[in-house]
Amino acid sequence: MVELRLPRNSTIGKGKTFPAPAGAKNVRTFRIYRWTPDDDKNPVIDSYELDLDTIGPMVLDAIIHIKNEIDPTLTFRRSCREGICGSCAMNIDGENTLACLKPIKDIKGDVRIYPLPHMPIVKDLVSNLDGAYAQLRSIQPWMQADSAPPPDSERKQSIEERAKLDGMWECILCFCCTTSCPSYWWNGDKYLGPAVLLAAYRWIADSRDEHTGDRLDGLEDTFKLYACRTIMNCTQTCPKGLNPAKAIGRIKELQLERKV
Amino acid sequence: MNASAPHIEVMRSQLGRARGLGAGHSGVAHWWAERVTAASLLPLSTWFVVQMFRLGGADHTEVVKWGGKPVNATMLIALIITTFYHAQLGLQVIVDDYVHGKAHLPTRLLVKIGTSLLGLLGVIAVIKLFVRGSTAK
Repeated sequence: MVELRLPRNSTIGKGKTFPAPAGAKNVRTFRIYRWTPDDDKNPVIDSYELDLDTIGPMVLDAIIHIKNEIDPTLTFRRSCREGICGSCAMNIDGENTLACLKPIKDIKGDVRIYPLPHMPIVKDLVSNLDGAYAQLRSIQPWMQADSAPPPDSERKQSIEERAKLDGMWECILCFCCTTSCPSYWWNGDKYLGPAVLLAAYRWIADSRDEHTGDRLDGLEDTFKLYACRTIMNCTQTCPKGLNPAKAIGRIKELQLERKV
Repeated sequence: MNASAPHIEVMRSQLGRARGLGAGHSGVAHWWAERVTAASLLPLSTWFVVQMFRLGGADHTEVVKWGGKPVNATMLIALIITTFYHAQLGLQVIVDDYVHGKAHLPTRLLVKIGTSLLGLLGVIAVIKLFVRGSTAK
């Protein structure tokens, strides 16, 4: 039934404080969610006081600094540091975003950092996205065409046809949108979530794909597609400025178009 | 089973879980009906509010006479059916969001039966009013 409180083993406690280095002038506190599967303890919030004059401008710079210089046990994912790999997706200042694209100066007061919401935690800021990746696989995000491609060239697309993919191919699958969606929190086992539906529409809209009807068939479901309640958190939070809510709306329009 | 020993209940693959029982092949009708009823309720409710203001201060005989007119009875029944159908669709969405597990199906049924009966009651009341009003002198 309805869950109104966190399970007892999820209540967050107070953790350690790492004070700023002596003589630091531009101090900012980073409050970071910590949890490890290695003991039976509840998660805690550790506080790290950093001198902003000695680190780079982005939140990712700050947590790399913490890991390198202050506390090597802090665990998080990161790779490209320029918003193209999607690894450092986390909840910063109450909003899902990429740590590498989030300037520290855009945040007022303490910088609060949590893992992506409502997913199982592997450790600290690393959430388990296996379920979401499997949902992505379930919509078959690859081109399916029965006509043979031209023998000596690629499958052709007009400029107009190609333009329909803009705003979708840019998705880096960081799952900031999916994990910001209350409907996904409630029914994430059945609802596919905005990232996967955006990927589904990317193939539905592709002029080279010939399985549009099968793709729509696979989405025609009370939960898989229609559990979207147009809450729009997905579009608001997308660190790449994309609009998954619009893609979901287009899929619903197409479902209607082939029925009436 | 020893309660203290670690035990994994679900070993099904993530892909198997994601595919689940497959698509139910319905949903667009519900989604579309939600929107159509919402749009229809705009003029119907406006009509109802205007009529209630016009009937303000009227005595019982006048109201019964008003209800005896075919146009008024039709509009009232349309309003009642649309309202309770829309409520049914909307409550189903809330149940789908918040009620999980074994309670889901019975709660859904309760919503269907409850809203249908309430709507039916309203329609019968209007028919009674219409019969009374259309035969009144």
